[in-house]
Amino acid sequence: MELWFTEQHTPNVRFSIKVDKQLFSENSEFQRVDIFDSAEFGRFLVLDGRIMLTEKDEFIYHEMITHVAMCVNPAIKKVLLVGGGDGGTARELLKYDTIEKIDLVEIDAVVVEACKKFIPQTAGCLDNPRVNIFIEDGLKFIRRVENEYDLIIVDSTDPFGPGEGLFTKEFYGNCSHALKADGIMVNQHENPYYQKDAVAMQRAHKRIVNSFLISRVYQCHIPTYPSGHWLFGFASKKLHPVEGVDFRRWKNLNLQTKYYNTKLHRGAFYLPSYVEKLLREVEEN
Amino acid sequence: MGIEYLNQERAPILEALEKMKAARLVPFDVPGHKRGRGNHELAEFLGQNCLDVDVNSMKMLDNLCHPVSVIRDAEKLAAQAFGAANSFFMVGGTTSSVQAMILSTVKPHEKIILPRNVHRSAINALILCGATPVYVNPQVDENLGISLGMKTSEVIDAMNKNPDARAVLVNNPTYYGICSDIENLTAAAHSHGMKLLADEAHGTQFYFSSKLPKSAMSVGADMAAVSVHKSGGSLTQSSLLLTGENINTGYVHQIINLTQSTSASYLLMSSLDISRRNLALHGEEIFSGVIELTEYARNEINSLGGYYAYGKELIDGDAVFDFDTTKLSICTLPIGLAGIEVYDILRDEYDIQLELGDIANVLAYISIGDRKKDIERLVSALADIKRNYRKDPSRLLKMEYIDPIVDATPKEAFYAQKKSLPLEETVGETAAEFLMCYPPGIPVLAPGERVTKEILDYIRYAKKKGCQITGPEDMTINRLQVIRDIGK
Ligand SMILES: Cc1ncc(COP(=O)(O)O)c(C=O)c1O
Repeated sequence: MELWFTEQHTPNVRFSIKVDKQLFSENSEFQRVDIFDSAEFGRFLVLDGRIMLTEKDEFIYHEMITHVAMCVNPAIKKVLLVGGGDGGTARELLKYDTIEKIDLVEIDAVVVEACKKFIPQTAGCLDNPRVNIFIEDGLKFIRRVENEYDLIIVDSTDPFGPGEGLFTKEFYGNCSHALKADGIMVNQHENPYYQKDAVAMQRAHKRIVNSFLISRVYQCHIPTYPSGHWLFGFASKKLHPVEGVDFRRWKNLNLQTKYYNTKLHRGAFYLPSYVEKLLREVEEN
Repeated sequence: MGIEYLNQERAPILEALEKMKAARLVPFDVPGHKRGRGNHELAEFLGQNCLDVDVNSMKMLDNLCHPVSVIRDAEKLAAQAFGAANSFFMVGGTTSSVQAMILSTVKPHEKIILPRNVHRSAINALILCGATPVYVNPQVDENLGISLGMKTSEVIDAMNKNPDARAVLVNNPTYYGICSDIENLTAAAHSHGMKLLADEAHGTQFYFSSKLPKSAMSVGADMAAVSVHKSGGSLTQSSLLLTGENINTGYVHQIINLTQSTSASYLLMSSLDISRRNLALHGEEIFSGVIELTEYARNEINSLGGYYAYGKELIDGDAVFDFDTTKLSICTLPIGLAGIEVYDILRDEYDIQLELGDIANVLAYISIGDRKKDIERLVSALADIKRNYRKDPSRLLKMEYIDPIVDATPKEAFYAQKKSLPLEETVGETAAEFLMCYPPGIPVLAPGERVTKEILDYIRYAKKKGCQITGPEDMTINRLQVIRDIGK
């Protein structure tokens, strides 16, 4: 018997992983939530048919969405995590003793519960007292907050499902308002390669550029995400992601990372020409 | 066909179309695209399922001009579901339903009593039939800049002064959700020997919820025009005309057939049939959901400050006899922006399309198809707009009700000898054309009415703020046609 999970990356491209067995499946109020086990990628979480994380390669995404901002401003104390119910980003944040509080706003309780049960590698940290979980729409949570956070991480699903509202001007505008004057927002920024995703990426970028003074994009490589090439957005009102950053300070923290390092941090902001062009197109008008 | 067949769980037109598909007919009739085979691009764009049922009337599908089988049955079911004596499926929008109501009840030179804030379709009907309007001023809420309903006493006054009037038209509700006392107005109309017509373009939900204002048919009104396509979920342009016991349906049919296509679309008709079934079976639950969603939005928006999403607190037992809580109308004046400005910002900057923006309000249409997360987007966008775009509110114009001076009936004015003048030179002249903001499509000036400085100021202001002005032949709205020689 062979059992394969297949994700449709585009109408014409498929990505498949051979499944050992299915561990969990439920239709929540918002989406279909599945967890599988596989030989190649270990356990993996799938929302509405799209892979969110696998045990083998999740470190890349979670390190890159976290440590860039933390290196830029090690004084970060209060963090808002929008999405991220799988716990991976919270785990990376908890590596910093200086962080006092992480508010995790996840719309779907089913994701949190399923990950706690089946993917402890990421969700094991969710019971940490520094993590406060709110089951709520991030868009709603944020509009009541003002001048509160040092860092907002938007660890959302793609812009075509329940995460849609997290790619909008109203969301970024409210994030900007919820951040302190030296606050930083990092968001998962989709892939620039496939047409439909690239258009969504451009729209999000345009909205962020409109809401923040500084807005840069950086990249990494994630084997299980569409095209394998992934972008993140770094936005702030004051702090630049590379210039003036004291990289030694981060090194001296002696944190263990598997993907992130300070050289990569600098390099991640050098983008392929076609990606630069896509970004420039929306920055200019 | 026994009782069993006429059951709300059935959908006669849908079922007949399914049977027609299964019969695999060879089409040597119109439409010429022949199930899309002759127009691949269209089939690709709309989908094969759609083109498979884009067919014309035939024996097994009945004929809207003379319904004797499945359309008649579907109409009977709709009448039953809406508590009417009869219903007519309409394919020319609620415009065609409103016009059928008026043309069926008033003849040339007869009078009809109506509020001035009717939709253009009603006044257009007067141009067609030559009836004379007797306007009852709707009350105006000056803070919100909207016209309300009619005071019952003023309508009765108009009835007493015009005992020869044949009908009374009532908005139930207005675009903004305001209801007049349709129950007492119906009783008063009947005691004066007049028919009560209801424009229920925005009132489908009243028929299926115990938590909403009363529907026209439930209080014995004579005819109602119901936009099932607006809040009921059917396809754009489909509509229902409902009639009560004392209406001669054969005559109404003749009136409808004066202007109705002989090739009524089965896409539209089946959508009415399917929507009726859905509403009859699940309407109460569906609209409970809509009410809850709208109340949630209203509370969230009001808690932002700077906006006023109004609700039942407007009810005063008279000009606001009742309020439709499924309507999300939001006054934007406190943040210093005209409604139309917020409407434009929402669309251009936030990718959110509202139903309308006027000079003081925006209206979000909440219906059967809305989702909580989209409400969150709207509320969050309003919060962001308030922070980023707010202005000094003192510079905004408020709407005042402009009492029309009627020099001629709409028909006389429309067909009169005309001259075209630059807009600003028309003060004191009698308009031969409409001037209105669209939406809501309520005329600011109707044919036969005197042009005043206040009207031109209002139009100029609305235009400057970004309202779309329509009506005149001159699409740029720089000129207006007026009556050449009017014996005033
Ligand atoms: C009060 C009122 N009546 C009638 C109509 C006409 O409906 P339709 O656009 O379906 O022709 C409208 C449309 O906006 C309306 O608002």
